[in-house]
Amino acid sequence: MKRDRVLLAHGGGGSLTRELIETMLLPRLENPLLKPLDDSAVLVMGNSGYAFTSDSYVVTPYLFPGGDIGRLAVCGTVNDLAVMGAQPFWLSLSLILEEGLPLTDLSTIVDSIHAAAAEVGAQVVTGDTKVVERGKCEGLYINTAGLGKISVPYWLGSANVKPGDAVIINGPIGEHGVAVMSRREGVAFQTSVTSDCAPLWPLVKAILDTGARIRAMRDPTRGGVAGAVCDIARASNVGIRLFEDAIPISGEVRGACDLLGLDPLTIANEGKVLVFCGAKDAEPVLAAMKNHPLGRQARVIGEVSTKPEGMALLRTTIGGERIIDMPTGEDLPRIC
Amino acid sequence: MKTLVANIEEMARRVGRDLKFMEVCGTHTMAAFRSGLRQLLPDNVRLVSGPGCPVCVTDPGYLDAAIELCRRPGVIVATFGDLVRVPGTESSLERERASGASVRIVYSPSDALVLARECPSRHVVFLGVGFETTAPTVAWAIFRAAQDGLRNFSVLCAHKTMPRAMDALVRDQAVRIDGFICPGHVSVITGAQMYRFICQQYRIPCVVSGFEAWDILKSVGMLLRQIAEGRAEVENEYSRSVSEYGNRAAQQLMHEVFEPRDDVWRGLGTIPGSGLGIREKYARFDAAKVLGVTFHEAHVNPLCRCGSVLRGISTPLDCHLFGRPCSPAHPIGPCMVSSEGVCAAYYKYERMAA
Amino acid sequence: MCLAVPARIVELHDSTATISVDGILRDVDVSLIEQPRLGDYVLVHAGFAIHRWDQSDVDELQAIRAATDLRETVT
Repeated sequence: MKRDRVLLAHGGGGSLTRELIETMLLPRLENPLLKPLDDSAVLVMGNSGYAFTSDSYVVTPYLFPGGDIGRLAVCGTVNDLAVMGAQPFWLSLSLILEEGLPLTDLSTIVDSIHAAAAEVGAQVVTGDTKVVERGKCEGLYINTAGLGKISVPYWLGSANVKPGDAVIINGPIGEHGVAVMSRREGVAFQTSVTSDCAPLWPLVKAILDTGARIRAMRDPTRGGVAGAVCDIARASNVGIRLFEDAIPISGEVRGACDLLGLDPLTIANEGKVLVFCGAKDAEPVLAAMKNHPLGRQARVIGEVSTKPEGMALLRTTIGGERIIDMPTGEDLPRIC
Repeated sequence: MKTLVANIEEMARRVGRDLKFMEVCGTHTMAAFRSGLRQLLPDNVRLVSGPGCPVCVTDPGYLDAAIELCRRPGVIVATFGDLVRVPGTESSLERERASGASVRIVYSPSDALVLARECPSRHVVFLGVGFETTAPTVAWAIFRAAQDGLRNFSVLCAHKTMPRAMDALVRDQAVRIDGFICPGHVSVITGAQMYRFICQQYRIPCVVSGFEAWDILKSVGMLLRQIAEGRAEVENEYSRSVSEYGNRAAQQLMHEVFEPRDDVWRGLGTIPGSGLGIREKYARFDAAKVLGVTFHEAHVNPLCRCGSVLRGISTPLDCHLFGRPCSPAHPIGPCMVSSEGVCAAYYKYERMAA
Repeated sequence: MCLAVPARIVELHDSTATISVDGILRDVDVSLIEQPRLGDYVLVHAGFAIHRWDQSDVDELQAIRAATDLRETVT
């Protein structure tokens, strides 16, 4: 333990992140509101339920195809609220700026923070600014917290999924991760793929407005779809089966994954939502999603059963079946 | 696809006895597990994975040397992403990077050369691992560095070649293999003829296979047909990429820069003539020589069964360490460290069989 | 053990070429293959083209993928 240090993989959203939370944070901080480890905490005040969440953004490069760290900082937090059924109202914004950051870049980023918040009718109502010496961070890091009002009279938690439920996604996977990776040093490639980074509340509202009983939603960010379904299978103690031939993916994302030896299921998304609902509700939910600009390519990609408990499986295109494992951490390009 | 599987079932019935086919390529291992094709095979046909993952067979002493190098001031270690998480005796490159060492992940050996040109005041060491597919690309980097008179670039060489290792496997009394699925991309460089000695000396059929699930199933069918008809030949299922004699330019470049040497395979021991060393002519690009690297024998957990897993004698499920404590997040044995290792593949994709 | 993907040459430079893997573009070295031409399909490993495919090889792969890979590619 003495030699052990935090590794990049601890931040990858996979099994090492989970381990860090369970061994380091939970035992020291545990309380009933934290314990579910959902995307937001659910707070009850008076007769209303509120979702409260916080997230930090350290993406490099801070400007990437399809977005920037500012848009991401709003979308990520808004989406963590939205998947709990909460309409985002209030955001905090903490900026950690590196000495020497071009002010033109900063103004671009703040403009996109404003634009993204406006898309969902949310406002930045408090914040903080710190500057660190050159070299102490890469341009800038952002932390946002968000508070939203829960708009359904029930709890949307990752432990609520039931056998027989359908799994729906609103569009093609892996675009944010591939767009960001294309600009990384040492890996760089050219692609027309842009980040899918989008605030999902309007889409989620359209889903909830159908009146269908949604069991759980999850935005598959770090760790990708694989990480999200593993988490939910475990929390709900059900078996989740995805159908490889139903999962929407663009040719370029598949090409990038082939080239770098990565699994598209583990690549990050920033504008995708996995919706779990009863099989009967799948049709109206799917129709509502397809009617919304953020859900035109929505599809049912899987189903939930009792077995194998706590695990996710993939039915492959050739008719085999394999485990979908929780990604370990950081995605590394491989040649072997 | 259905006809392919039906055909395999029919021939497996005809042969009747239990058969063990070995692939010796991590990408085949991955393709087989990721596509779930192993479940489509008849009960009497088993597909096992041999020592085909270069990361898995790399001696921990080599990693210790790489780790020692990346701690040196002025040195940048450039590596394929595959090696970053692999544990040496006490640490890994990932851990060293967390402690501030210079470890850079590159996609290509040519990127390491670019890095050396961009950082003239540092010495860039590239970690040369991999089989015949990768060795020519590293040979190219050394050749090019020599042409350009680059002074701050070298390679810590642990390249290995397939034929002597396959020979050692079939000579091993404990290993019984009924057919080889030969590594497609190694064969792109070497040509399909390289496996002829296995058919001639040991009467074991060989099929060079591509990497689509369909290719692998077809290759299994071709092996079954050879056995049913009493043949032992080299057949080439992957003719879209593999010729009889391979890529001559790549072979020449490899021969120009490297020479055969005895080498240690993690889990298998020393195999004569199975490694590639950098020739004297290019000695100034040999990191072991120019930076004075000493290799120490590394400690291996005695409970680890990777040695017999790599020889196709045991499956990962036979190992007491498998799953707990040995897992992809906390690997102990070599077959768990690489995502292409057979233990990692079992863990990731077929744990439910346990 | 060795990941290699088929890619199409979309631009030729001296000893390098820009290749496309389903629209993903990257520069690779082509000095290990003979007479690379624009539009050729090559097999790429670790930033190097290691083999050139004939049109019939490309057709073969497409046929295999059509037969076994039922995934729809979205655009």
